[in-house]
Parts: sequence; C-alpha cells; structure tokens
Amino acid sequence: MDDKLTQFGQDVWWLVLAKVLLVFVFLVLMTLFAIWYERRVVARMQVRPGPNRVGPAGLLQSLADGLKLAFKEDIMPKMADKAVFFIAPVISTTCAFTAFAVIPFGPTVSVFGEKTPIQLTDVPVAVLLVLACSSMGIYGIVLGGWASGSTYPLLGGLRSSAQMISYEVAMGLSIVAVFMTAGTMSTSQIVDAQKDTQTLTLGGFDLTVPGWYAFLLIPSFLIYAIAAVGETNRAPFDLPEAESELVGGFHTEYSSLKFALFFLAEYINMVTVSGLATTLFLGGWRAPWPISLWDGANQGWWPLLWFTIKVLLLLFVFVWLRGTLPRLRYDQFMRFGWKVLIPLSLLWILTLAGIRVVQGSDLTVQARLAVVGGPILVALAIWMFWPDKRKAIEDPGVHGVDAAGRIGGTEGFPVPPLNLEVPVSPRAQRVLGERETVSTSKES
Amino acid sequence: MSLSPYIPIVGLFALGAGFALFSVAIAPFVGPRRYNRAKLDAYECGIEPTPQPIGGGRFPVKFYLTAMLFIVFDIEIIFLYPWAVSFEALGVFGFVEMVLFIITVFVAYAYVWRRGGLDWD
Repeated sequence: MDDKLTQFGQDVWWLVLAKVLLVFVFLVLMTLFAIWYERRVVARMQVRPGPNRVGPAGLLQSLADGLKLAFKEDIMPKMADKAVFFIAPVISTTCAFTAFAVIPFGPTVSVFGEKTPIQLTDVPVAVLLVLACSSMGIYGIVLGGWASGSTYPLLGGLRSSAQMISYEVAMGLSIVAVFMTAGTMSTSQIVDAQKDTQTLTLGGFDLTVPGWYAFLLIPSFLIYAIAAVGETNRAPFDLPEAESELVGGFHTEYSSLKFALFFLAEYINMVTVSGLATTLFLGGWRAPWPISLWDGANQGWWPLLWFTIKVLLLLFVFVWLRGTLPRLRYDQFMRFGWKVLIPLSLLWILTLAGIRVVQGSDLTVQARLAVVGGPILVALAIWMFWPDKRKAIEDPGVHGVDAAGRIGGTEGFPVPPLNLEVPVSPRAQRVLGERETVSTSKES
Repeated sequence: MSLSPYIPIVGLFALGAGFALFSVAIAPFVGPRRYNRAKLDAYECGIEPTPQPIGGGRFPVKFYLTAMLFIVFDIEIIFLYPWAVSFEALGVFGFVEMVLFIITVFVAYAYVWRRGGLDWD
C-alpha cells in the first residue's frame, strides 16, 4: 500500500530545507493576510471600511501590529509560574506549525531538475499527525492559563482545553468516514482518491458530481466543519475568550511577543483546519469543476493557487460565522458536542460501514437486511427506550407560597406578590399595630 | 531510509520551535521596561486581585471529568482509524467486531449520560 508514498522522503537536503522554509513562510504570510482579511470582511459586514491606512488597502496592517507588539513591554506577572509561563506560547506555536507538515499543496513538479511533490512530506499516518499536533497545542493553552496565577486565565485555559478536547473527539470521528472511503490516512492519497467524478443515480437522473468527499460524505463534512470551529476557539464557539465573562481568557496576562505567538498559533490553527478540510473533503489542490476542464489546471504550479483559494474561502466562512452568530452559552455548547455531535458521528460511521459492507459482499438478501437493519434497529430501540432523566421541576413561584407570602413555612423566604399589588411593608404594619394597641389602652 | 519521510516533519518542528523560542527570548530585551507594582498584579478589572494559593486555585471537577471522558473516546477513535483504513480487507468480520466494540463503549457513554456526567450546570 505504501508504494505510492515512495515519492516522499527522497528529496535532496536543500530541497527539504527549501520546502520547510516555504511552509513556514506560507503559514506566516497566511496569518498576516488572514488577520487583515478577517478585519476587512467583518468591517464590510458591519458597514465600515476596516483597516485601510497601512500599505495598499491596509494590507500591511497586521505586519505593523506584529512589529508594534514586539516593542511592547514583556510583563511577567508576580504570581506567574515563570518557566511554564515562558514555555506555554512556544508549545502552542510549535505544534501549530508542525501540524501543517503533511498538507499537500500540489502535484509533482520539477525544481532545478529535481522532481518533487509540492508537499513537505507525507506519511502513512499523516492525518493522525495533524490531530496529534492540535492535541498537543492544547497544552500550551492550559499551561499558559494555569501559569498566569490569575483567576480569569485559569478559567479560560480550562474552558479552552475542555472545549478543544470535546470537539477533538467529534472531529476525529467525523473523518473516519473519509479513511473508510479512501482506504488510507495519507493526505496525498486521499487527494488522489477524490480525483474522479462520480455518477449518482437519483430517481432516474444521472448526476455527475465531483468526487469530493464533501458531496459523498455530507454528514461527515458538516460535523467536521462544526467541530473545526469549536476546535479553533472561533466565534460562535469562542467561549475561552468570552470578553464579557473572562476578560481575555487564557492570554489575559500575556503581553508583547508572547501574546503575539498565541495569536499566531490561533490563526495558523485556522489555516490548518481549513487546509485539512480542503484536503479531506474538497478535493485538495485539484481545480474545481469549470477550471478542471482546462487540461493544464492540475499540473505544474497552478494547484498551489487552487489550494490557496479553497483555504481562503473556508477562512471566509470562519469570518462570516463570526460576523453573524452570537456566542453560545458554555453548557449548551458542551451539551451539543457530547450529546449531539458524538452520537451522530458514531451512528453515521456505522450506517456507512453497513452500507459499504453490504455493497461489497455476496450475501443473501436476508443477511443484507440484517447487517443494515440491525444497527438501525438497535439505534431506534435505544432512542425509544431512553429513560427520560428530566424530572418535573416543581414550580415554586405559585404553588409553594403560603398565606403569609412565604415559601417553606414561617422560616422560609418571603416572595413578592404575584398580583402586582404593593403590600403594606412589614414595618408599617408593625407601627400601625403599635398605634392601635396604644390607642386601645388609653381608651380602657 | 524508511524513516526519511519523517525527517521534514522534524525540520518544520525545529524551525517552528526555534522561531517561537527566539521570539519569547528577545521579547524582554526589545521591549521597554517601566516598573509599576500594579502592572505585575493579576488582572481583575482594576480591583485588588483575589489572593491565589501557590500552585493555582481550585477549579470545578467537571473539567477533570471531561478530560477522563476524552481519553475513553480518544481510544475509541484510535481503534476506529486502522479499521477504517483496512475496511475493504476486513469485510463483514471487521464490521461486526467494530459494531460490538462501539456498543461496548456506548454502554459506558449511556451510563455517563444517565448519571449526569455530560450535564454542565
């Protein structure tokens, strides 16, 4: 199976160095561009111009911001755990960079007489490497939050890590279907597997669709897209940085270049999940349909352009989400991840596997029905007999109030009247009572 | 030569780590240094910061539970990947085994759900 991967690992040393540098520069440029892009797009959505002063159309704004950050004071908080505080942004950034090593940019080209694919490297477990790196990146965030020795960063870091690991599970499950269909985990081979167009027969019509897994495996793509937003801590799932609750989240205490590194890591992660989505679901570096009619579209250096365009479109979706949707509440968000996305992806994997097993086997009709219907029946049974945990909560507002306007007997809490009449205050009642007793005593 | 596809990954890792280490190392020297006692305190909206115990404060046990659950599901994913890759080769046998495995994990999942382990309040 690995014979297709023999083109990797054969590069001469200067080519490897050049590629490493190229990926690094690509990521840094994409980050600088993505920050400008995001600010401009969000500004357009909010009917304002956005940054337009530094450089042509404000393109150099993020570079200027980065330089400015470098010349800001580097504050080490008094309560911080110095070594961990120092190393946390390094972990985040390094993992973010490393994850991009296996993303394919294009086909084999010739550079100074050397044939080489436009991809740093590929290994049989390439996608696993991306997931491993994004998991390791969480260490940077949780350690940074913990080491700050402050309340908000601690909570922000913990929230962030809980959120990222929860959505990492959903993300990991969503791409199982891709491996199943492609039969490999190497990124270049997954791109190859999406090369051919597929013909779907729907109600007598023959539809020619691209072999992109975004079309063939729609549930996987949707789950991946949602999980990717949660995984990168982006709006509407940017709870670790919920300003109204946690100030800045895990990086509240960070300043100067350390803060810049966290920022860089966040944007690289965005580019990485977009690049991975492009590779796994959107046909990778291959040109989309109208362009692919041109024979030269998938040769030479052109695929680099298609890849970048696809990534930028996905980044646009990230910005669009941010410009459109309000932030979720944390419990809703975690519930959605654990109780909806994970069971859904498991069910989808089983269904797909069942269909494929049946298609590929020479079983009898009964056996086919058993294989496909079995899991569905089990799922249905579980759903129907699922115990309803929700207890009927007693409404304390109306039922529990006694005549004295209190809940829970004479020692309980007083409640305001429900008919909106203002009651006589207890003090006024007491005063009135005293007057009456005084007057009666005089009379008698 | 069999390990050589992994060498570029190490290269990118080294470059990324070098860049990040360089950045955090030069930051204190490039930036200004103006001492201010309040600046070194933990930020809490301008009020006196809550005293933190050395080694971090307390945090809800829910985060710990989530991490434990993550390990269970991560292991499930790790078992799913090789099966998915050699799906064609394993055929019906692999499928049935995987259904049994997923059901086994699902029992634990249902238990956690029932006990309120997935509720966040």
